[in-house]
Amino acid sequence: MSDKVTEEQILYSNILNAGMLIGLISLFLTFVLYCVGIFDPLIPLETVQEYWKLSVSQYLEKSGIEAGWTWLFNLEYCDMLNYLPIAFLSLITIICYASLIPSLFRKKDTPYFVLVILEIIVLVIAASGVLGTETH
Amino acid sequence: MQILKKVFLIRSSVAVILLLFLTSTPVMAETITQSENSIADNWWFYPLILFFLSFLLGVFAVLAGVGGGVLYVPIVSGFLPFHLDFVRGAGLIVALTGALAAGPGLLKKGMANLRLAIPMALIASTCAIGGAMIGLALPTQIVQILLGATILGIVVLMISAKKSEFPVVPKPDIVSQTLRIMGVYHEPTLDKDIEWKIHRTPIGLLMFIIIGFMAGMFGLGAGWANVPVLNLVMGAPIKISVATSKFLLSITDTSAAWIYLNNGAVLPLMVVPSVLGIMLGSFIGVRVLGITRPKTIRKLVIFVLTVAGAKALLKGLGIG
Repeated sequence: MSDKVTEEQILYSNILNAGMLIGLISLFLTFVLYCVGIFDPLIPLETVQEYWKLSVSQYLEKSGIEAGWTWLFNLEYCDMLNYLPIAFLSLITIICYASLIPSLFRKKDTPYFVLVILEIIVLVIAASGVLGTETH
Repeated sequence: MQILKKVFLIRSSVAVILLLFLTSTPVMAETITQSENSIADNWWFYPLILFFLSFLLGVFAVLAGVGGGVLYVPIVSGFLPFHLDFVRGAGLIVALTGALAAGPGLLKKGMANLRLAIPMALIASTCAIGGAMIGLALPTQIVQILLGATILGIVVLMISAKKSEFPVVPKPDIVSQTLRIMGVYHEPTLDKDIEWKIHRTPIGLLMFIIIGFMAGMFGLGAGWANVPVLNLVMGAPIKISVATSKFLLSITDTSAAWIYLNNGAVLPLMVVPSVLGIMLGSFIGVRVLGITRPKTIRKLVIFVLTVAGAKALLKGLGIG
């Protein structure tokens, strides 16, 4: 480890490392459960190939699945369970950024404190699903 | 051992070309998909193909020094029967997980620099949201044409772009001075510490508007654009540029990935085999890196990208 690396950078990398490992292992495990078929999927495995040829709007219409965070309320289905590690992997950066706040605040590093807060706001807005998109 | 590794590499090259040929030739594709009770009717067939293809792309991405995402999207959308929406969603998650996996090591070694990444990431990730939203709203044909043109542009960039190991930065600009974007890293080939600083930060920030937008729109990752901007425009040493670019993707792709995820454009049956395949491929790629001839691999990747870009363009124009 280099002594030229800042404490924020070390903290960020430690959280990122732990989160990435948890995320990837969970991704693998939930996928095994999905393929083995221990729980029922919302979309039967045999029919998924009918959907992946469609555009996303056609897929949502045909499958009756609602976009957004609705998968979170369907975790009893093994295909929906797979979204949990995918979402977790997409959340890690927000957690890492949040970890920088106390140190930047303590050091009175105002420009970076503001940049980090702004980045968190951007990522939270993206994750929240409030930005609706008219898909083709 | 060396011979074994070379045999592995030759076989991998042949496998990529064969796999693409088999799945893209109309007659073969028809034979695979239309014959009654054919193997392709099984739900696991294409995820398995995706796993092997991603594995090979992972190997070649490392050897050619490009990101997995830039190979994944044009090749998978061009040669496999998945809709471009889902391929872009999967491509973003592939690029994101690759960046997340590489991030901790690069940060700890001081190669990726947080102070350099944070301002660029804010611009790129904000614009990636716009790119993702517009990409999902535009008609597929238009996105396909733009993707084809972008891939061909990347090929030109790969052929023509130079790199500068230690760019000369006579005077850091006011923005980089205010933000204290500078650093020191140990260069093992010279066995000395290299001090670096950057210039032209406002121009670099403006360029990250376009980079973020394209990363979100096409799900390509954006290392192909990040590195030249950080290195040639802003004057960061090449190693710092490559590492910071990889780390930057973990932030840029996070915002775009959420847009795809929240709009239903992420299918686990595509994403997970792709992520596992490309990560395993990168792992093997790093191990065979020492015995390969990067120039030959790079030429092969440029050739495959040219074919994939042309195919995407023709498909969008309704010709392919």
